[in-house]
Amino acid sequence: MPNKGKIVAGVLAPHPPHLVYAENPPQNEPRAECGWENLRWAYERLRKSLSHLDYDVLVVHSPHWRTQVGTHFLGVEKFSSLSVDPVFPNLFRYHYDLAVDVSLAQQIHDQAEKEGLTVKMMKNPHFRIDYGTIISCHMTNPTWDKPIVGISSNGAARYFNMEVLQAEMLRLGEATRKAIEDSGKKAVLLASNSLSHRHFTVEGEVPEDMSREHISNHNQYLWDMKIIDLMKKGKTEEILSIMSDFTETATAETDGGSLSWLLSALKIPKYPAEIHGYGSVIGTGNAVVEWRTPL
Amino acid sequence: MSSTGKSPFGLVLPGLPQILLCPEKNPGWEKLFLAFQQLRSEMETQSIDGLILYSTYWPSVIGHQIQSYPEPQWTHVDDEFHDLGSIPYHFRVDSDLAQTINEQAKARGLHSRTVSYKGFPIDTGCVVALKLLNPDNRWPVVIVSSNVYADRAETIVFGKAAKGAIESSGKNIVPIIITSLSNRLHTHWIRPEEDHIHSLKDQEWNQKILEFLSAGRLEDVSQLSRQFHREARVPKVANFKPFWWLASVLGQNNFYTGRIYEYQPVFGSGAAIISLTPSDRAARDLEFDENDPEKFLGERQVIS
Repeated sequence: MPNKGKIVAGVLAPHPPHLVYAENPPQNEPRAECGWENLRWAYERLRKSLSHLDYDVLVVHSPHWRTQVGTHFLGVEKFSSLSVDPVFPNLFRYHYDLAVDVSLAQQIHDQAEKEGLTVKMMKNPHFRIDYGTIISCHMTNPTWDKPIVGISSNGAARYFNMEVLQAEMLRLGEATRKAIEDSGKKAVLLASNSLSHRHFTVEGEVPEDMSREHISNHNQYLWDMKIIDLMKKGKTEEILSIMSDFTETATAETDGGSLSWLLSALKIPKYPAEIHGYGSVIGTGNAVVEWRTPL
Repeated sequence: MSSTGKSPFGLVLPGLPQILLCPEKNPGWEKLFLAFQQLRSEMETQSIDGLILYSTYWPSVIGHQIQSYPEPQWTHVDDEFHDLGSIPYHFRVDSDLAQTINEQAKARGLHSRTVSYKGFPIDTGCVVALKLLNPDNRWPVVIVSSNVYADRAETIVFGKAAKGAIESSGKNIVPIIITSLSNRLHTHWIRPEEDHIHSLKDQEWNQKILEFLSAGRLEDVSQLSRQFHREARVPKVANFKPFWWLASVLGQNNFYTGRIYEYQPVFGSGAAIISLTPSDRAARDLEFDENDPEKFLGERQVIS
């Protein structure tokens, strides 16, 4: 019987491709001069914080692997290919080579299925990993020395409404936690989403020209600050209670369910989160936020 | 090749992978597969120089994107139906036409760009439709995106950019929209033989659209797009735009001969193969009350 596993930290880890672009890692083809430092430095602080933690695996829930029939899990041990962002191909053409903890993925899948959720393992070796998963994982752990578990997001917010999606994500979060505990592994969870998510529809000649960067509108900014304030105060239950309004009014990327899943897996934390940073990317609001699970 | 290019007809095509990868598993999917074959063999007897695909499966945010990489090549796997198999593809793109569409779009005030990158992810809808309709790359293609924030005016202008590019090319180009009618998939796994349109309401709306299109009433369907979006579409984007684009390219009127090659459910959605050929006589000349913009005058802050 292995030791009881644990979620050692949960992170809101947004995935704008601009952040990887501005970092200029060798895996990414385009080159940048600079850009979006407040968020890149937020990720630096996150990495520093996580470097003090002992963990085995990153578990990432991504809005850009969208499935309509339940929740899917990466089920192949190795993926190596090129990811080109269909929206920002000028910024993100990333050569990835990553390992998947298929055993843990299967355990989460089985636990979720046991609790009545519709689930599926993705076993096609030609499958291309979505850029949300890659970017959140790269910015959190650019050495890629930990395996990942990749979880799709479900489209129930559009098929039904946000309440339906959130109810499912709360169950998925619980299933994720239970499976991790049973696995004996120590996991860091990543919710790969922005907060407010209304983009600009134009881009300058120099994408990293920061004189053009700001939040799309003040309404979104106020909503983002409201959510962040609740995170700082440990009032995540209140976040869940206003998630539908936030998602609709701020056109937030929480419509993929990643944040709801994360908060549920973390047992809806009442302790304050660490806000590593906030910034806009092509008009959207993004925060890098860490919940360090109490000992 | 004529001096002024034109669109001899337009097409509505579905793009779910069941039709390509496992048609034998459901009689309806097989009928769609056979209808693609029939359409292809009929097109091979006509003078066609290329295809332009407007794909509802390719969302864009930064204005409008136009595929211009000369020979996209990859092995595609669908995000949802990955267990059905992989789809190797190697397409032939008309980069010059793509560039002309881009120039026309910019001249009309749109933010647009060509994309030409190795490994760019061509969407499932286009991959499926091209593998079925154009398996030997007989016709070069251009693929254009569907902007998530665009509404009618912007989409109409984008269609006019394509029309202008076709005319200046001197070629016969077939505009194609890759879309389902009702798009609600089943949200649980079904056996192939259990497939059906997700709801009676979706089925009735699909039949209404098919009735209009079979009568050649493209502009009337275009005018119904917003209501159809509310009634029979999962609201994943601002609106149901493909018929706006198609009407803009072919002509915003009801002067068409419509032909329904096939209509069947695919995993709950309505999949139809339809052609619309310009005709001398209007099926029905209804009034419509929206503007017909020539230039895009700025974003209208549409919420996706």
